[in-house]
Amino acid sequence: MQFGGRRKKNSINPQSELYGQHLQFYGQPPLENISLSEFETFAVERLKLLKTVENLGVSHVKLTDLYISKLEKELKLVYSYRKNDFYGPTEYEKRRKDHISHFILRLAYCQTEDLRRWFIQQEVDLFRFRFNDLDPKQQLEFLHKNNLRYDTISSEEKTHGWPLHCEHIHDLIVFFSSSNCHCILKVPFQDALDLVRLRKVYLKQGYAYIPHQDIVTIVLNDFRTRLSKALALTARSLPAVHSDERLQPLLNHLSHAYVGQDYSIQKNVGKISLDQIDSLSGKSFPLCMRQLHQSLRENHHLRHGGRMQYGLFLKGIGLSLEQALQFWKMEFIRGKVDADKFDKAYAYSIRHMFGKEGKRTDYTPYSCMKVILSNPPSQGDHHGCPFRHSDPELLKQKLQVYKVSPSGINQILELVKGMHYQLACQKYFELTHNIEDSSFSLNHPNQYFLESQKLLGGGKDIKREMDAPQRSQENAASKGSTATQEVAANTSQHLAEMTEDLDSFFQDA
Amino acid sequence: MPSSDYDPASLPDLLPLYYRRLFPFSQYYRWLSYGGVQKNYFQNREFSFTLKDDIYVRYQSFSTQNELEKEMQKMNPYKIDVGAVYSHRPSQHNTVKSGTFQALEKELVFDIDMTDYDDVRSCCSAADICSKCWTLMTIAIHILDRALRDDFGFQHRLWVYSGRRGVHCWVCDEAARKLSVAARSAVTEYLSLVKGGDETVKKVVLTEPIHPFISNSLDVVKEYFTQYALHDQDLMGSKESVEKVLALVPEDARSYLQQEFEKEKKPEKRWKLITTEAKRKQVGNFAHSFYIVLHIRTEGLVVLQSVSLKSTAKKGQYFEKEIMLQYCYPRLDANVSKGVNHLLKSPFSVHPKTGRISVPIDVSELDKFDPFSVPTISLICEELDRPRPGEEKEKLGDGKEKEDEKDAIEKRKIRDYKRTSLAKYIKYFDQFLDGMARSWKAERLRKSDLQKEF
Repeated sequence: MQFGGRRKKNSINPQSELYGQHLQFYGQPPLENISLSEFETFAVERLKLLKTVENLGVSHVKLTDLYISKLEKELKLVYSYRKNDFYGPTEYEKRRKDHISHFILRLAYCQTEDLRRWFIQQEVDLFRFRFNDLDPKQQLEFLHKNNLRYDTISSEEKTHGWPLHCEHIHDLIVFFSSSNCHCILKVPFQDALDLVRLRKVYLKQGYAYIPHQDIVTIVLNDFRTRLSKALALTARSLPAVHSDERLQPLLNHLSHAYVGQDYSIQKNVGKISLDQIDSLSGKSFPLCMRQLHQSLRENHHLRHGGRMQYGLFLKGIGLSLEQALQFWKMEFIRGKVDADKFDKAYAYSIRHMFGKEGKRTDYTPYSCMKVILSNPPSQGDHHGCPFRHSDPELLKQKLQVYKVSPSGINQILELVKGMHYQLACQKYFELTHNIEDSSFSLNHPNQYFLESQKLLGGGKDIKREMDAPQRSQENAASKGSTATQEVAANTSQHLAEMTEDLDSFFQDA
Repeated sequence: MPSSDYDPASLPDLLPLYYRRLFPFSQYYRWLSYGGVQKNYFQNREFSFTLKDDIYVRYQSFSTQNELEKEMQKMNPYKIDVGAVYSHRPSQHNTVKSGTFQALEKELVFDIDMTDYDDVRSCCSAADICSKCWTLMTIAIHILDRALRDDFGFQHRLWVYSGRRGVHCWVCDEAARKLSVAARSAVTEYLSLVKGGDETVKKVVLTEPIHPFISNSLDVVKEYFTQYALHDQDLMGSKESVEKVLALVPEDARSYLQQEFEKEKKPEKRWKLITTEAKRKQVGNFAHSFYIVLHIRTEGLVVLQSVSLKSTAKKGQYFEKEIMLQYCYPRLDANVSKGVNHLLKSPFSVHPKTGRISVPIDVSELDKFDPFSVPTISLICEELDRPRPGEEKEKLGDGKEKEDEKDAIEKRKIRDYKRTSLAKYIKYFDQFLDGMARSWKAERLRKSDLQKEF
């Protein structure tokens, strides 16, 4: 047992050494015992925080003042923020909570690729925010404490001048000058991927030459890699965790909560007929899907990205596998593909979408986040989010064709300029449905469809079905109280309460 | 030189001949085993075959070169794809616990397809290519090869003609094969400048500071621009083409240029008008560079003065560069490069529609490469049967050992491809492999040294 460093009046266990700094890499898992209720509370609080990070990340450019002030507000309430010289019990508590809640969420979010990706993204954003808040000296201290190695340029390189016989000395100088640096770090390019990706760093012979102030990007990269590996490892020990009946329902619910509805539950399979699709595309499809549908009709073809995005959307609105096959085949045949070729080349991938081939994953329709952030369209593609990926001029023309009023178009373009793509789509919804306020927060194309159908008189059926998935979990939970054990009953009661709490949080978001 | 006319219907007859007597199996095996430095590297590699009637089979793997030969000679694949090196033998992937069968390594690959340039070439479209638009591939290879070598430090890059309308690059360095998905994605984005689909008009936007990679790429484009864009593609000629180009120019300059173009019709003069107009907007940067360069030379240090360059980060001041890049810069299919498990057409595979063999391209002679003189399978099969002048007959005496006969068959096979147009491509491939072999030798030595130490 070691008691290091400062002595405090309040009893602090040896573990407090771990919490010497307010920011950490989460290298070591917590080793203490905690109560089940602490377990739940910590987890839910962190999840709310990460959800906030996500929402802010979509509606604001990261690290702008507005973003910072908003995130600050949320963070202060919960976790250790500004480095406090006063290391009192509250500060300790906050750091402990930070530590433990992170590891609990690892358990919930390690299971699938999608969950991992989401979790890593939010944790990285959170970490970036907190790291940036440190002053340079503190940052270096952090790096040293966490054994991140980097080389400054060797003295050899310095004396022989720059090893860079760059033909474009002018550009190189411009490049470095704009960051006013005094010290340059040389790292293998694999350790600076975020900088490489955006061409923010000079590369030579596989090394990136990084001005000191860009070090945060490397640190983030490191954090991301470590977390990714850790999650993979965690996934392997999951079966042991899941065998604990108290934890399993909680963890399951946590991991579903991030997405809210994913529209993979097809309650209304077969309610749409193929000949309705053309008119539905004009009335109830979001712009991205309307565009894809139109492209498909015009070209009798869609590339892979478009087939995935549109195909999964159609699945979400209720097309059955048979209908989907018929739909795509009928259209492709009008083009350059003959029936035979369709069956060989394209039918497989449609069945794959419905989970009937390969590893049988039942793919879920893409959320707005996914459409906006991944797989940008290139030449010949028609997928993506038109508010994000289309040239504003072309977007304007398109909206004119779809008879949106000029003032409406301007409102939309303003939102696009501010990078509020989902809000722009929501505006489009309001304008095309002739209402003032859409009263929902758009984050999924299928949600758009359902809301539209609701409005246009598809009516009560659909509303009930929409609420059903969320309510059903609660019902199951409260029904659980009739089960045998008291303990189980209490847990599920807890769960039901927390469920309501979480759900209402997400609905407000 | 007239190639024998290729008829896809004759593939079933030509393929067996190709795989029996011409396909360079020993070089192929030499490549994919990478010197035996890593155990089971060849055995855990995935191949996929497209057979007659579009039957597609994945997860093919082989234990030895011999097994590969026998299988290919049995199946006579129309197309061969190469995938990743997995954790287990791909042919046994069903017996492995789900989740543990994983793609571990693969070459870093790039696929450049002429159809992705349809919006900027006027001579052809879709699957067609001609000598005029082929220049786009030449430019692409120059730019990417330089970047992969100088910026990323990759030494062993194999460029291959796809057989119809594009080129592939296989980066075979050990570091490249071990790249993660995130790293591949980052490299691909670093190399991507043309962004956007049909809905985007302006696909290249440059801001200050201009990264040296972009300047280096522009240097290449400039070498070819006059001949390729102004002459072959007649960029500044037809009204339609000019309109498209001017759509990429900022509005204030556009009307001025439209006016000038009424008077000036010569393509080169028109282009000069555009570049001059652009340069006018960029004035102000040069004054500073002198001072800085001097500073570096005298000091010899990397400590840079904080020079406050006037931030002229207005959009659209580099429009002449943006135009050149939009019309000429390589367009990559990002999805091909990002995945570790992505399958790509194999070198020396046949293209069923054109009959052309996917041959390696000698980058040192890049400007002379002509896709239309790449040998077709029908040509090389025909060349096989042509007797060469002064060729000695095989002498098989009585009582010859079986060994000798096998040896003779091997020797004959080697002589076989040598008398076809395929020879020079295989020779180039051999040189490529020799280049890598030096590093394999060093690796093997290093590993055996390590093992000797206790």
